Amino acid sequence: MSNNNASGNLVVAQKAVKQLRLEASVRRMKVSQAATELKNFCLQNASKDPLLMGVPSSDNPFRPPKSCSIF
Amino acid sequence: MACQGLEQGETVATLKKETEALKTKLETERAKLQDVELNTLAEKIEPVGQLNIKTRRILKGHGNKVLCVDWCTDKRRMVSSSQDGKVIVWDAYTTNKEHAVTMPCTWVMACAYAPSGCAIAAGGLDNKLSVYPLSLDKNENLASKRKPVAMHTNYVSHCTFTLSDMQVLTSSGDGTCALWDVESAQLLQSFHSHTADVLSLDMGPAETSNTFVSGGCDMKAKLWDMRSGQNVQSFETHQSDVNCVKFYPSGDAFATGSDDATCRFYDLRADREVAVFSKDSVIFGANSVDFSQSGRLLFAGYNDYTVNVWDVLKGTRLNILYGHENRISSLRMAPDGTSFCTASWDNTLRVWA
Repeated sequence: MSNNNASGNLVVAQKAVKQLRLEASVRRMKVSQAATELKNFCLQNASKDPLLMGVPSSDNPFRPPKSCSIF
Repeated sequence: MACQGLEQGETVATLKKETEALKTKLETERAKLQDVELNTLAEKIEPVGQLNIKTRRILKGHGNKVLCVDWCTDKRRMVSSSQDGKVIVWDAYTTNKEHAVTMPCTWVMACAYAPSGCAIAAGGLDNKLSVYPLSLDKNENLASKRKPVAMHTNYVSHCTFTLSDMQVLTSSGDGTCALWDVESAQLLQSFHSHTADVLSLDMGPAETSNTFVSGGCDMKAKLWDMRSGQNVQSFETHQSDVNCVKFYPSGDAFATGSDDATCRFYDLRADREVAVFSKDSVIFGANSVDFSQSGRLLFAGYNDYTVNVWDVLKGTRLNILYGHENRISSLRMAPDGTSFCTASWDNTLRVWA
């Protein structure tokens, strides 16, 4: 394919332009609003986050219980 | 010579100029939205209290570097894969090994647990992804039930099942990601845009489950539409390979870990980076990251054998967790958020809670 290099470069360049046009047309939100929503999600779910809040040993299957029950 | 749809006067040179102009336009558009920093907004929030996270289990059994780990939806089982080709399914509560299989290749870099808990997938240097059905039979010969599903032209770096056991997503050193039907081993969609090896991918949480994000050696993180195969958004602020990408629990943002020793946080709707997690004292690459259930904490495993715990909102480091004796290759939060697991080149896995 002797002409491949020339048309290959062209195809690559066309693809790059097409992709960038697509990315440029994305609708964007202001960081203040986006960040506020991220922050709110965190705070709303914070109480349900076991690693953040810590769970009592009895509830966490990975923490060794204080006493062993023998049956 | 076939020149596809050339408009009048279009040449490589004019296209290159347009490329540069578009890139500049993208940067200015994104910069316009930077009206406040995330950590400024977070100043008034109460700081995170004292975290009491320690190693609670050490899983020993792999004979070589552990490269990947994934949890089962039952929150207690995990699958891990290793450099020596072994894939092991563990019960993390008891540290017992439930299944083990040897892959026909070394460096099994990717492994995943199916949502039903009835199968696992693994792949690596064989350029394939294989699915193994799991049974309760203690005398099973797992290796004989191997089903090759995906085929790439270079190593498989990461994989995940989609919402069901029926489809898997893979990322590969050949620079592409691909979606496969497990039953027929057919390629359903391929994703081309990265210009170098793709090292990691993560699917959006259920609400955004037709998108996924990928990161690669071209220093970019990309968001994809699974149905069209289109690369919807691209993020290029890292200065070295992006080793890991993980969605924020709400699905509106994602974090990355990179060889440039930083982790970064990108918001999808603002289409830009909104936080950088770095410190002058942190000089080793971050290999794997995951969020706590509320998204407030980001756990990152590094090449200096430690896990750093970052406050996502304030951008500060809260804790350093020591324990592993070699670099951390993979870090995954349990499905219920009560613990997370790290896989390391020291041949062990640790469960932290």
